[in-house]
Amino acid sequence: MTAMLELRGVSKVYGSGPTEVNALRDIELSVDRGEMVAIMGPSGSGKSTLLTIAGSLEEATTGEVLVDGSELSGMSPNDRARLRRRSIGYVFQDFNLLAGLTAAENVALPLELDGFDASTARATGLEALRTLGLADRAAHFPDDMSGGERQRVAIARAVVGNRRLLLADEPSGALDSVNGEAVIRLLRDACRTGMAGVVVTHDAQLAAWANRVVFLRDGRMVDHTAPPPDPGSLLSGPGH
Amino acid sequence: MSVRHALLALLAEGPKFGLRLQQEFESRTGEVWPLNVGQVYTTLQRLERDGLVESDVEGGDGPQKDFRITSEGHRELTEWLHTPPDSDIPPRDELVIKVLVALLVPGVEVHQVIQAHRRHLVEMMQRYTHVKAEAAEHDLGLALVVDAELFRLEGVVRWLDAADARLGQADAIPGWAPADVLDSQHRVSGRR
Repeated sequence: MTAMLELRGVSKVYGSGPTEVNALRDIELSVDRGEMVAIMGPSGSGKSTLLTIAGSLEEATTGEVLVDGSELSGMSPNDRARLRRRSIGYVFQDFNLLAGLTAAENVALPLELDGFDASTARATGLEALRTLGLADRAAHFPDDMSGGERQRVAIARAVVGNRRLLLADEPSGALDSVNGEAVIRLLRDACRTGMAGVVVTHDAQLAAWANRVVFLRDGRMVDHTAPPPDPGSLLSGPGH
Repeated sequence: MSVRHALLALLAEGPKFGLRLQQEFESRTGEVWPLNVGQVYTTLQRLERDGLVESDVEGGDGPQKDFRITSEGHRELTEWLHTPPDSDIPPRDELVIKVLVALLVPGVEVHQVIQAHRRHLVEMMQRYTHVKAEAAEHDLGLALVVDAELFRLEGVVRWLDAADARLGQADAIPGWAPADVLDSQHRVSGRR
């Protein structure tokens, strides 16, 4: 199985000379379809930089980034933009919805930008909203929705159409724990249906939903969790 | 976990016999805390001795003997529910001690010690989260028990994160010496 996302020896340097900052150093990361990987680390450890590079919003200083087998630096800017529109969904802490558009219009927007006709885009968008339990909110504007609902709209926008890579930066950051859990369950479900997911967070409860947790420190990957053992053994031990 | 008070709570719903109490205890706590039937009967005998429950004399000593809560038992149960657990004094937490000791041992990189524990805790949280994710929606007892454990483990991870950050800054503090941490626990708990 080829990885949906692959980072090979990725480094990122900001500035030069005495003000040089090594945001990422020699990152090796591979995420398969159906898998959700969480990236944990303190502020300034390079988590968000890793995500923007994986999403081709920013270029690596050295190393290779492959999305679905294609090397990003070898692509023309137009091809990269198309890849971002078609294949990659982003979820941000502050939702980044357009206030002047309804929930349905927000979700349909990336499809329309990608050349789908308006009615197809709208129907596909409504289907994504329905899957996330938001059918009755389709005509609402973001300002009329709760934080949890807004983030679900943002997830619908990130998974709509045939997107294959799901990138989330502190997706539950502004939500209470019950709404935060609803959000991460939806992200996990999207990954289970075949997307590859990367979730950046400092929240261990959120990270614990991932198949694998990678730990960053000062721009380096310092550790990762082992594949989970049989969960059945957990709750029956004599210690509990 | 107070088995004694859990049994009183189950009896507050109505009279029950021992085996049923054992089954209900396990199912209501998401089957996270196994309880053997011998433990149930020993606890019931003590509760009866203390006047908090009474048993059905006619039923004899067989397994079908019904127990019911007394008014004294009701009082005890209500008081226990409203009393905060005894947690004023910080426990001598093994993990805290390991991190404090790691500071003192030459050649040990404390950040690596912290990361080893952080990884282990997150792996435990992954396993509990998996249990919660796979649980039936109506299994409220399990969700509550697993959430409690997840919040507890998250608290420990956050302490490790804070310790990591604090130690990262510590070298800049003039006069700071690792040995200073040795009696910290005594100072917090007031025990010397």
